[in-house]
Amino acid sequence: MKVSLEWLRELVDLDQSAEDLAETLTRGGIEVEDVENLNKGFEKVVIGEIVSLIKHPDADRLWVCTVNVGQEVVVIVTGAQNLLVGDRVPVALVGSTLPNELSIRKSKLRGVVSQGMLCSREELLLDVTVGLERSADGILILLPDAPVGENFGKYLGREDSVLDLELYPNRPDCLAMVNVAREVASLTRKIPHLPKWTEQNQVLTLPTAADLQIIIEEPELCWRYAGLVVEDVHIAPSPEWMQRRLKASGVRPISNIVDITNYCMLEMGQPLHAFDRDKINGDIHVRAAYPGEKIVTLDGVERTLQTDTLLIADDAQPLAVAGVMGGLDSEVTKDTKRLMIESAHFSGVSVRRTSRRLGLRSEASNRFEKGIDAYGIVATLGRVCDLLLDLGAGRPVALVDVVKNLPPQRQVSLSASHTSTVLGAELETAEIRQVLDDLNFAYTEQEGLFKVSIPTYRADIEIEEDLMEEVARLIGYDRIPTTLPQGDLTQGRRTPEQEFRRRLRKALAQAGMDEVITYTFTRAEADAQWGSAKHSIPLLNPLREELGVMRTSLVPGLLDVSARNVARRNTDVSIFEIGNTYWGEEQPLQKLPREELRVAGVAVGKSGRHWLNQPVNYDFYYLKGILEEVALEFGLKLEYRLAENQGLLHPGRSADIYLQNQCIGFLGEMHPSLEKEWELERVVLFELEFNPLFERMRQTVRAHSIPRFPAIQRDIAIVVASETAAEAVMSKMRKLGGELLQQVEIFDVYRGKPIPDDHKSLAFALRYQSLERTLTDEEVNLLNSRILEGIQQEFGAERRK
Amino acid sequence: MKSEILRIGEETLQQLKELDKQEALQELKVKVLGKKGSLTALLRQMGSLSVEERPIMGQVVNEMRSRLEQAWEERSVELETLALQKRLATERIDITLPGTRVPRGHHHPLTQVVEEIEDIFLGMGFQIAEGPEIESDYYNFEALNLPKEHPAREMQDSFYITEEILLRTQTSPVQIRTMEKLHPHLPVKVIAPGKVYRNDDDATHSPMFHQVEGLVVDHGIRMSDLKGILLNFSRQMFGESREIRLRPSFFPFTEPSAEVDVSCMLCGGAGCRLCKGTGWIEILGSGMVHPKVLEMGGYNPKEVTGFAFGMGVERIAMLKFGIEDMRLLFDNDLRFLQQF
Repeated sequence: MKVSLEWLRELVDLDQSAEDLAETLTRGGIEVEDVENLNKGFEKVVIGEIVSLIKHPDADRLWVCTVNVGQEVVVIVTGAQNLLVGDRVPVALVGSTLPNELSIRKSKLRGVVSQGMLCSREELLLDVTVGLERSADGILILLPDAPVGENFGKYLGREDSVLDLELYPNRPDCLAMVNVAREVASLTRKIPHLPKWTEQNQVLTLPTAADLQIIIEEPELCWRYAGLVVEDVHIAPSPEWMQRRLKASGVRPISNIVDITNYCMLEMGQPLHAFDRDKINGDIHVRAAYPGEKIVTLDGVERTLQTDTLLIADDAQPLAVAGVMGGLDSEVTKDTKRLMIESAHFSGVSVRRTSRRLGLRSEASNRFEKGIDAYGIVATLGRVCDLLLDLGAGRPVALVDVVKNLPPQRQVSLSASHTSTVLGAELETAEIRQVLDDLNFAYTEQEGLFKVSIPTYRADIEIEEDLMEEVARLIGYDRIPTTLPQGDLTQGRRTPEQEFRRRLRKALAQAGMDEVITYTFTRAEADAQWGSAKHSIPLLNPLREELGVMRTSLVPGLLDVSARNVARRNTDVSIFEIGNTYWGEEQPLQKLPREELRVAGVAVGKSGRHWLNQPVNYDFYYLKGILEEVALEFGLKLEYRLAENQGLLHPGRSADIYLQNQCIGFLGEMHPSLEKEWELERVVLFELEFNPLFERMRQTVRAHSIPRFPAIQRDIAIVVASETAAEAVMSKMRKLGGELLQQVEIFDVYRGKPIPDDHKSLAFALRYQSLERTLTDEEVNLLNSRILEGIQQEFGAERRK
Repeated sequence: MKSEILRIGEETLQQLKELDKQEALQELKVKVLGKKGSLTALLRQMGSLSVEERPIMGQVVNEMRSRLEQAWEERSVELETLALQKRLATERIDITLPGTRVPRGHHHPLTQVVEEIEDIFLGMGFQIAEGPEIESDYYNFEALNLPKEHPAREMQDSFYITEEILLRTQTSPVQIRTMEKLHPHLPVKVIAPGKVYRNDDDATHSPMFHQVEGLVVDHGIRMSDLKGILLNFSRQMFGESREIRLRPSFFPFTEPSAEVDVSCMLCGGAGCRLCKGTGWIEILGSGMVHPKVLEMGGYNPKEVTGFAFGMGVERIAMLKFGIEDMRLLFDNDLRFLQQF
């Protein structure tokens, strides 16, 4: 809502500047988004009179002018050739910034100091309606009566400021100037001066139209419809003051009749529509559109209507889409002699639906959508009558007012002590009385209990808490002290699951991975590739096609981030995300889907280059190492088995990850055939379900004592077939070694000469230890050779010397 | 014999001076003073001396022995010092070269902010509640006093999955879920962080973003308590000298409602670019829980009152880290992420 300060000043005593008023309103709960100064660019432009004109001594085309600007006389050099001594012209003084952003400084032109600039229409962004005809090819020359020394903006009537109100949905009443004035009056304790039609129980005395009936066929959607019949219509432009206020409010002036309806809407909050009475055949019907019914609206577009569209129609055809736009056929034209001016209630829901569907939103539809005061419908027509007569635009002759339904007039109780308790502020009953007086709400009071009659324009006030807010905002929220809740002490702590999530995140970051957060919606094809097309949930109205489904895998998001980074030359990427995936069980969804938390990581490139150490390629073992660290930290026994999903992962370099025989995810290099699609090479990734990790993590640490007896270490190096899994060898070793074999570690894997093709050499360090005694070399040697023999048998291994 | 002792002694002292290795020094010591050493051998021959000569010779041998031992000790220390000097002379590095890098990952700035907010409220005795991101119309709107066709629904452009199921537009549905779960237990004192979604995308809006909701319900909860908790939070989050102010506002699920501003962390309230000259920065919305919402949660608004608040994590992160464009937070450029 744009509020002209000049207009507002007529409706309420105001002594604040625009900026201060904006602050008062904002602190009072009516947010002012912007204060626009219409005089912008004219602040230091004044009207001056040319006292003398002398040719510049050193330039043929320049004039040195002496100009009287009221308080002083200044010398200005100009190149314009249309000036005469005695002309009154706009003078931009030194320090102005003109509407076209030109800054005026003191300057020297060919040796003569110029103390400002004489302005043309173009420089002031004005149209040809301002000034004498002689202005066309040079400086703007004003009428001879232009007051010398006066601010040029004031002369143009542009001194106004406009407040742009950002209204919350609960305050549609402030879409009316009179209610903004009431609000300002309440907040500043000033007296409003409103048109008498804002007072309750005003009666508009006019005869009922004999030849016009109004039939409301949809009383749920139209509670009240009033039509004002006007004769002797004289179409002309509206007066300058009205046009100025309309423009300040963002409404284009058209003609006196249309302008009056718009002006009254802005003032009273009630949208109006003027029909050419002579184009109405028979009676007015407020009805739903027939199937396939068409109307050509004011904008010249033919529109086919749905049957839930509310129409204003006569006996023959539709006249207007109710609350949204009038029809072209019944439009007011320059030849219009008689009018019917509509003032009505239409259901906000219906208007919203229709205006959305037709793509037509207007000041009127906006007010209907937010809700209008059905009690003020005829009063607004009273205001219209005054203006019609004042402007000589027409003669109101009859009124038809059909009321089907009016909302109840509300009484709300307010307890002074309860208000103090809820706000936590000690309020005197007198203060509450004062607030209600300031709001101009009628009330009765008994021992601190108020019964408040809510004016019909304040439909937002329904319950005691609503009144408490009125009290709080009028006394100022600053009056509320700061306290702390008095109740029982509570423990603040994370649930074990929340704590685990946090620790897991920390563990991955500590392992050098950067956390990312990606959109949870993604491209359908990408999600189908890595997740499950069967379960992914499509959005009805995605932002963009490529954000169309809720993800069932974190991988596409991470691959996108990786590719984007690599494309930007951030070549070494090691990232992870912990986030939800979303699993629908049916299409379309009948119930809320399962939200499954996952953790996934992607690495591509190599570890940072450093002068001292060789960079390491991010590969299968790099990510596996990170997962092993994590597993170790949380006491999880992850098992790696040959991957089954071989379409997505490199068949030779991928694994499914099992936890207690349940597959919970995978780790591997992306299949080379996908590298082009994802614009990534040699990328490794993992994805794990979060819940199994959480459920099986070690809850507490049980410490082992440190053995008191020395350990003995033996190394074993063997040559086995290439495909033999190292883990299989180690697990056989552990089995054969029994409890004395405390640890087996692999410390070397080697392929190449002198090892035969298709073979590899594995070297293990075996650590023997007893908790009860010192082992002898002999028994360790015996055990070690038994292990060696065992694996030689099992794997066809040969001992490497 | 005496001359023999002196000869061995002098010879040994001479040799000592020439030796330059600790090991050689040790070797010589064994050769002279060891069990089979030359001086020890002479000592053994003392048995053949007369009773008168024995003590004299013994003294000579012992004197020589201690002289030698002292010389050994001195030479040894000398060699050690030399060796140390030599080692220090060769072991020189360029201390200006960069140190070995320990790989360190980074937490996303939004995670850091959420955790900081969580920690502050945990310290004030709040629990952390969570709820689904895909929500029913009932929890996201209706139970929050936003019936179908309510104009305030337009404040938020929702992503729909079906007519009845949508991506939650706010963390407020967790208020209802928490009350349903805890009812009739008191006090209810939770925050609920999480992702929320609105159909919007520009420098200050992201279609997916994060909120932290707060809810306190108990006997006698006052609006002043809301102010106290939020002042406490603001000071921990933005600095001990921060002040807050409440402005009337509107949310369908609170009444009275308040927008909360914190005094500008950049200029301290004097007015600057960050606060657009006002000295205040809007950080969250709040209010007293609407009686209908308490009822929907199963509590009797005649017996208990409550307050609720909700803040945008992105906004707080942008303020805290001086981030100008919200899209950076979801672009995940490593050069951006690795600053945190």
